[in-house]
Amino acid sequence: MLSIKNLKANINGKEILKGINLEVKAGEVHAIMGPNGSGKSTLASVLAGREIFEVTDGHVEYMGEDLLELSVEERASKGIFLGFQYPVEIPGVSMVNFMKAAVNAQRKHRGEEPINASEFLKLMREKKDIVELDSKLTGRSVNEGFSGGEKKRNEIFQMAMLEPKLSILDETDSGLDIDALRIVANGVTKLKNKDNATVVITHYQRLLDYIVPDFVHVLYKGKIIKSGTKELALELEEKGYDWLIKDL
Amino acid sequence: MSNDQDKILEEVTGSDYKYGFVTDIENDAIAKGLSEDTVRLISEKKKEPEWLLEYRLNAYRHWLTMEQKEWAHLDIPEIDFQNIIYYSAPKPKKELASMDEVDPDLRETFEKLGIPLDEQKLLSGVAVDAVMDSVSVKTTFKQNLAELGIIFCSFSEAVQEYPDLVKKYLGSVVPSRDNYYAALNSAVFSDGSFCYIPKGVRCPMELSTYFRINAANTGQFERTLIVADEGSYVSYLEGCTAPQRDENQLHAAIVEIYVHKDAEVKYSTVQNWYPGDKEGKGGIYNFVTKRGMLHGDNSKLSWTQVETGSAITWKYPSCILKGNNSTAEFYSVAVTNNYQQADTGTKMIHIGKNTKSTIVSKGISAGKSNNSYRGLVKVAKGAENARNFSQCDSMLLGDKCGAHTYPYLEVDNPTAIVEHEATTSKIGEDQIFYCNQRGIETEDAIGLIVNGYAKEVLNQLPMEFAVEAQKLLQISLEGSVG
Ligand SMILES: Nc1ncnc2c1ncn2[C@@H]1O[C@H](COP(=O)(O)OP(=O)(O)OP(=O)(O)O)[C@@H](O)[C@H]1O
Ligand SMILES: [Mg+2]
Repeated sequence: MLSIKNLKANINGKEILKGINLEVKAGEVHAIMGPNGSGKSTLASVLAGREIFEVTDGHVEYMGEDLLELSVEERASKGIFLGFQYPVEIPGVSMVNFMKAAVNAQRKHRGEEPINASEFLKLMREKKDIVELDSKLTGRSVNEGFSGGEKKRNEIFQMAMLEPKLSILDETDSGLDIDALRIVANGVTKLKNKDNATVVITHYQRLLDYIVPDFVHVLYKGKIIKSGTKELALELEEKGYDWLIKDL
Repeated sequence: MSNDQDKILEEVTGSDYKYGFVTDIENDAIAKGLSEDTVRLISEKKKEPEWLLEYRLNAYRHWLTMEQKEWAHLDIPEIDFQNIIYYSAPKPKKELASMDEVDPDLRETFEKLGIPLDEQKLLSGVAVDAVMDSVSVKTTFKQNLAELGIIFCSFSEAVQEYPDLVKKYLGSVVPSRDNYYAALNSAVFSDGSFCYIPKGVRCPMELSTYFRINAANTGQFERTLIVADEGSYVSYLEGCTAPQRDENQLHAAIVEIYVHKDAEVKYSTVQNWYPGDKEGKGGIYNFVTKRGMLHGDNSKLSWTQVETGSAITWKYPSCILKGNNSTAEFYSVAVTNNYQQADTGTKMIHIGKNTKSTIVSKGISAGKSNNSYRGLVKVAKGAENARNFSQCDSMLLGDKCGAHTYPYLEVDNPTAIVEHEATTSKIGEDQIFYCNQRGIETEDAIGLIVNGYAKEVLNQLPMEFAVEAQKLLQISLEGSVG
């Protein structure tokens, strides 16, 4: 589904990604871990197409297409979803309106008719239940005044609404209380099937007890320095990153 | 970072002013130029009574002695008042069987604008008075309204049919010597709408006036007079468009609203005069005096405006809170893009006791435009317990535009409580990226964000128009920052 080869990216002339290689197949779950500032969020943003990052080298193929040629909206409409580490507030725009605009924009991109009102409300209800999102939140403005945990839960709600093929979840677990972590993680698992893939960025192995990864990668200074199975996460939890960095 | 933001905003592709077409129709126009003879000629063409001619001439003679004010943030090129046509009426192609029959070309013009003049086709519950260039073309639903004693007709018709009412209220809120453009309007006004709601009557439908400038080199000087008698209620909407022309055209209107005891008036404007092209060529100069007199106790007046058009806008819908316990509100969204300039705001003059006013102003500037809020809150000596709350927000798209806020305060009564809040914000690259990532295109994202920002004001508009206004906000920002 996703094939990243030697991807390099800059911001303001500073190189952050220094040659990333990664293969993600449909049905798989990949976890990306790594110290603060290593480039995890940057990788997520570059895959989503954020223009403040400049891709200087490498190639990314997504479902047989050159991903780097596509606009942010096109990528979204073709099934790429980014769960933000820091979800953005949009004052005055209700979640309902925002979601409707998003669902219809993606439909339009795919040449489909806009969703009708009752179908849309039904979809909202259904998907809210998956992450047990408080109904009051969908009546409020996008992320405005949401608590840290509510924002994260709201990201997964949006993921459920948009039914993406490739979800990149950037520290969705941070800020969630113990119960919320279980609910949100189970929500992500419920949305999993053989045709979609998930990349979870996290600092904590406990998330991976719920969302069991097929592969775990360690990103350090813009490069993947180690890949393994879920046991690698346990090892990292125990030993930290030092032993890997020393080996370099 | 800010460069990227500019780039994103710049990439939002340009779209053209949708209402820029010209109707090819013959006009009955008088020669260019302004003199006492011009004033007399207009009055004569409209078969006006002697007192009205006198009113015009007084205003004209006073205007000659006045000078245009310099405005801090408006760069107004000199206007040649001799190069303007002061009266132009669309000439019907064939003789009309009745006054109510409208020339098919005119009908088509208004249909293109989304204002069908056939009553059965109109938005349910909205009566329209359509004004093209200098004259009123047609007023719909007149019969239905008449049954309730409501008068809603063109100003010229009111002069003929209800001279006593017109004489009593004309100039009672905006005196003919009020300011330079008010004096000019009082001398040469051509037509407009008149509305009277009798005692105790709630007007069951929205009343709406639609202004259209069509002919070239023509000034539009319309006059709106609304009188709400004791205990009555009316909601009134005004819309405006003009063709795309290279030269500037002058629009100098007066709106007077007189609110009696226990009566309530809501006045909403969606102003979309041609703003000029992307290089700042052409466009309407919109110099308007709008004022309401809250004369009786417990009277209410609310101004709501969505201002997206005009090359230069100069406009301060104001309220004189004379009656005790009277309440006034001003809700405004003003968008400027490209080279547009707007200097708008309100004046709240508290005279009666326990009077209350609210001001919510949302400015949005893009391109190389300048957007200023100028507001005066005045509390007179006798105005015990006056209250005012003002909220003035500015939003900037890009870094080549300007936003300015000038709140003036004159408080002569120690019991007054006056509060003012102001904020300035920018549309962030992160907000646009967030929308894009969900599949929403940048243009729609800006529309969404701007409409969210202006929601408090848009919520004040009648439903049918709120939707139109939302679209308009988005359209006027297309091709924004450059
Ligand atoms: N907009 C920006 N301007 C300048 N530098 C940036 C910008 N965004 C990211 N960086 C830098 O890029 C590097 C990688 O940041 P990134 O956010 O990708 O790290 P991360 O691995 O997600 O870290 P964390 O675990 O703390 O979330 C950091 O050194 C950061 O300061
Ligand atoms: Mg990060």
